Amino acid sequence: MTNISSLPARYERPSALSFLGYAAGILIFFWALNGAGFSLEKVLSSPPRFADFASRAFPPNLEPKVLERLGWKMVETLQIAFAGAAIGVILSLPVALLATRGLIFGSAVTTTTRTVLGFIRAVPDIAWALVFVVAVGLGPFAGVLAIMIDTVGFCGRFFADDMEAVDKGPSEGLTATGARRLDIAACATLPASAPAFVSTSLYALEKAVRSSTILGLVGAGGIGIELKVGFDLFDYPTAMTVILMIAVVVILIEALSTWARKKIIGEQR
Amino acid sequence: MTDLRTATPPLTEGTVQTGAQTSAPVPHALQDHDVSAQGVTKSFGKTEIFSDVSFRLVRGEAVALVGANGTGKSTLLRCILGLIPIDRGAVELLGQDVTHAKGAQLRGLRANTGLVAQKHNLVPRLSVLTNVIHGLLGQHSGPRYWSQSFAPEEARVAAMEALEKVGLAHLAARRADRLSGGQSQRVAIARALVSKPRLLIADEPCASLDPSAGEEIMAMFFDLVRSEGVTVVFTSHHIEHALTFGDRVLGLADGHLKLDATAASLAASDLRGLYD
Repeated sequence: MTNISSLPARYERPSALSFLGYAAGILIFFWALNGAGFSLEKVLSSPPRFADFASRAFPPNLEPKVLERLGWKMVETLQIAFAGAAIGVILSLPVALLATRGLIFGSAVTTTTRTVLGFIRAVPDIAWALVFVVAVGLGPFAGVLAIMIDTVGFCGRFFADDMEAVDKGPSEGLTATGARRLDIAACATLPASAPAFVSTSLYALEKAVRSSTILGLVGAGGIGIELKVGFDLFDYPTAMTVILMIAVVVILIEALSTWARKKIIGEQR
Repeated sequence: MTDLRTATPPLTEGTVQTGAQTSAPVPHALQDHDVSAQGVTKSFGKTEIFSDVSFRLVRGEAVALVGANGTGKSTLLRCILGLIPIDRGAVELLGQDVTHAKGAQLRGLRANTGLVAQKHNLVPRLSVLTNVIHGLLGQHSGPRYWSQSFAPEEARVAAMEALEKVGLAHLAARRADRLSGGQSQRVAIARALVSKPRLLIADEPCASLDPSAGEEIMAMFFDLVRSEGVTVVFTSHHIEHALTFGDRVLGLADGHLKLDATAASLAASDLRGLYD
């Protein structure tokens, strides 16, 4: 019979290094709260102010003329998102081939490409919008370019990760027949990665729709400008209408994306 | 472990064998060789998989490579094709040094070989016909061979002929992931044979199949390779397969080639010692 004293401990005692790691994590958390000006007093005193804003914002502005104007702005927002995401996804494919380790190119090319993609992702989409507003002027085209480059940064990296993660068996089968690297990528790696690409692309589209709703804040087109004007003019009912429209559209796009992901990947796997 | 050395007869004409353990390279002076491995050693990190392994494959013969799990059978097969670099020794494939071959030279050598793996290694979402056409990529590079839709007529015909040989021409349009295990392995064999290779490497070709499908696949595979005069080296955990389908049996154990004997001279009990 098993002796109780011989049972393993229920909880593993952390090593000295792990203990130091946990302690450092907790210290960094409080340091961050302090640096970010976190104030419990402000949190507790905010509900009355929030209630005041809500009382001024509700009911939202549902005048037909306002709804029509905001509706067209929302259409423009979706156009920015779809156009930018579609071009970004297409451009991401060759970029991802450059970034995939052990596929076609050597480590110098893959490392350089991944570094560039890292830089693209490190710059927020709103900052890219500011850059493109300067480059091509105010309006939705700057927004399309901002979404496009943001999508390349996102999809380029994740497409490459998807390709690195596929089963290497089919690639090895073709390598053994003397196939070239490009042939192997086209015939084994890309087809095997396609379901993951679809999933990543749909997520990129959701991300693009969310991003495109705020690009108007810096003049890059879309419904964001209406939000800014609403708050600037203390027209909270109209601002609330914009917020609600954004929420509804984003939720709808996410639901559509989930449905499409299931439909496409579910059938193709 | 059973002493296997007594089981090992002289290899072939021209073979000088010291005792029965033939890990020392012995020239088969009168015959052509498709593979010649000499003193091959491979380690992963600090773990030595095998060392000083030497053997030759005579053109047209079928050689079974047997041994317990972890003895490096699959690694050795991949070393022959240059898919895994070796640490020491030399491997000649079809008369050329694989160890130092790179780029176009290595691809040229591999274009005369085929690999049939345990997991079939088909591209799941593509059609059976496209998968078989991919077997021609070593000889014909480029987008025309990426899909059966763009492939030249002669490639489509060659792939259909290969599928007819394995009895699956009627499934040419089906997606590879809709096939049974046995059907997938037949397609993998068709893909390996479509380029008319001189050497085929089969790594446990029936390991993922039920016994009946496994027997069927092995019988069909060896019918085909023998009718086409292809040199074959295959691994199997089925001792009967090694003795039935192999002309010669190589046995790996404890990191060394412990057995190199004609199948006809061996009994199942001689091979069991390799698994002790």
